Amino acid sequence: MKKILLMGNPNVGKSAIFTSLTGINARTSNYPGTTVSYTTGTLTVLKKGAACASCSKKSCKGCGYGSVEKIEVIDVPGTYRLDPLSEAEKVACQLLPEGDMIINVVDATNLERNLNLTLQLLEMNKPVIVALNMWDDTVHKGITIDVEKLSKMLGVPVVPTTGITGQGIDKLIEYITNYPHESAAKREYRNRWAAIGEIISAVQNLEHRRHTFLERLQDISIHPFAGIPVAIIIIIAVFRVIIGIGEFLIGIMEQLFERFYTPVIMAISRLLGGQGVLHRILIGDISGETIDYEAAMGVLTTGVFMEIGIVLPYILVFYIVLGFLEDLGYLPRLAVLFDRFMHRVGLHGFSIIPMMLAMGCNVPGILAIRNIESRRQRFITATLTAITIPCFAQSAIIFSITATYGTGYVIAILGTILSVWLVLGSVLSFFVEGTTDTLIMEVPPYRLPAFKVMLRNLGTRIYGFLTDAFPYVLGGIFFINILTILGVMDFLGKLAAPVITGIFGLPEGAVASFVLGIIRKDAAVTLLEPLNMSGAQMVTGVTLLIIYFPCMATFVIMLKELGLKDTFKSFVTMVIVTLLTGAYIRFFMNMFKNPWIYVILTVLLSFAVMLVLSRIADRRHQAEYT
Amino acid sequence: MTLKDMKIGEEAVISTIKGGYGIHAKLESMGLREGSRITKKSAVFAGGPVIVQAGSTQIAIGDGMANRIIVETVD
Repeated sequence: MKKILLMGNPNVGKSAIFTSLTGINARTSNYPGTTVSYTTGTLTVLKKGAACASCSKKSCKGCGYGSVEKIEVIDVPGTYRLDPLSEAEKVACQLLPEGDMIINVVDATNLERNLNLTLQLLEMNKPVIVALNMWDDTVHKGITIDVEKLSKMLGVPVVPTTGITGQGIDKLIEYITNYPHESAAKREYRNRWAAIGEIISAVQNLEHRRHTFLERLQDISIHPFAGIPVAIIIIIAVFRVIIGIGEFLIGIMEQLFERFYTPVIMAISRLLGGQGVLHRILIGDISGETIDYEAAMGVLTTGVFMEIGIVLPYILVFYIVLGFLEDLGYLPRLAVLFDRFMHRVGLHGFSIIPMMLAMGCNVPGILAIRNIESRRQRFITATLTAITIPCFAQSAIIFSITATYGTGYVIAILGTILSVWLVLGSVLSFFVEGTTDTLIMEVPPYRLPAFKVMLRNLGTRIYGFLTDAFPYVLGGIFFINILTILGVMDFLGKLAAPVITGIFGLPEGAVASFVLGIIRKDAAVTLLEPLNMSGAQMVTGVTLLIIYFPCMATFVIMLKELGLKDTFKSFVTMVIVTLLTGAYIRFFMNMFKNPWIYVILTVLLSFAVMLVLSRIADRRHQAEYT
Repeated sequence: MTLKDMKIGEEAVISTIKGGYGIHAKLESMGLREGSRITKKSAVFAGGPVIVQAGSTQIAIGDGMANRIIVETVD
């Protein structure tokens, strides 16, 4: 099968073109490095000049017989150059020899910079089609490009496209099937920038025009002084909105469950005779007229309610907001604003992006570290993410079950993981070998998200969540119930008692949470609910469930991305951090009693530790250079 | 004068980039090379990155590197 590579600089809209060509939904957003691995799809086209074999019409759009040709299309991660610096760029360069044809996707609003890669691709002696993407943007940016002249100067076909609306895709397909042969000659550019300068002055015309509203927003969001306060306000506002709407939706879900689902469960319960092993596994502990869905612990009661009734509403709102910020282009600005701060934990600003994604689910978060060039920074980012960042499914359950204890306890949990992040980050930065690079990153312009695209991305994420979560949550609860009935949990509880009870001060029953947490964190937190723990115990249990181990899916991805040795180091770090944090929370929560005093002192203390450690590290660093 | 010393809104031409091949390659591929005309857009306070505009691309450059890019202002 013929292979076509979609190549171009990061964030020029390759994935949108890919989706238009193949109908396969590739993740798109507005920051450099969304695609870290390649996606393949097929494009079915009518063979050149052939009449359709089944209906023998020349204009047949391909009814699937004989005369159609299947072409493999590969969505390649963005790259600025053909000598790769990051893992994601390596992927791009390794794929290059496999392609029979290259579609070079170019950001038409950034022609000069993009042509650098274009000229390098032209030297590869392969047929190239240039797609001038984001064509719609050139109009309101006052840019005019002479497409025909550009095509003549480059010696290859050039097609203006708008990936999101599908404009120009027909023309692109036409060139794919009917490539002008004389265009494939080998070219060499002695002085690439001189050649680019010549092309630009011949084909491009810029008009001055007034600043648009989005450009004004752009300037404010990276303002030297206002930028950071604005960012902090946005983040806090975002979380308030997510929790507010999430709770509202959960309220509706609870009523729906009571109205429509409770009668079904009651009927099944009667059918099973109201008791017995199967009843305990599937329905769990229900008594009286209403069902306490959070505490019943049956597969069909707690399992189903937790995912549909609590996690789904939260995840839905979270991904709408995250999707909007991503598509608008806010994430790279966060990276810029917090760059200096991130250097204190041995990272640079870009690491904010994997961590924001990890708040949804750790797996895409860890995958995004491929954009980071230094091994030290990849290790620190992955380790900090896996240990301190709960996925939103877990956060949802945390908000829902700790709310009864009071806001202070929720804040105590969040403050503790923030503190772990600060202290662990600066300790890792202090001890992990290697260098931290300087941030050099493109800051893309704001783009108003297209509703259609946002909806499609949201759909993919929600579908992914449901198909991933359900088997593991229902299976996990089923499995834990069986182990409990068989007495295995009691045995493990006794076995782990020296740590769970001795060090952390938790009831033995909490061991079930830690077992299930290896597979699925949201379900694990739910298991803490019926243990009737004190506020302090709840803070300890929930915090430790966040940090002791990421879920198995994340761990497997870490193995793949970091390798065995670094993953092992990361794992050892998890164990140490868990033991220390558990002991710390137990001791200080019991000492201060009031969660607010505890959390304020803890956060202050961890900031102090971070400042001292990074100061010492800076001194050491300076000493090495003098 | 370095990128760091420039005032926000000022225009300049890059005269020297003090750095190895990697840095040169990385900056060049984003459209910043010796001779490029740039405008300083912002610099996040307390040692944050400098943001410059070259053509229609905005690029953030960390503090460490911003000190090693020498520029000449144009009027």
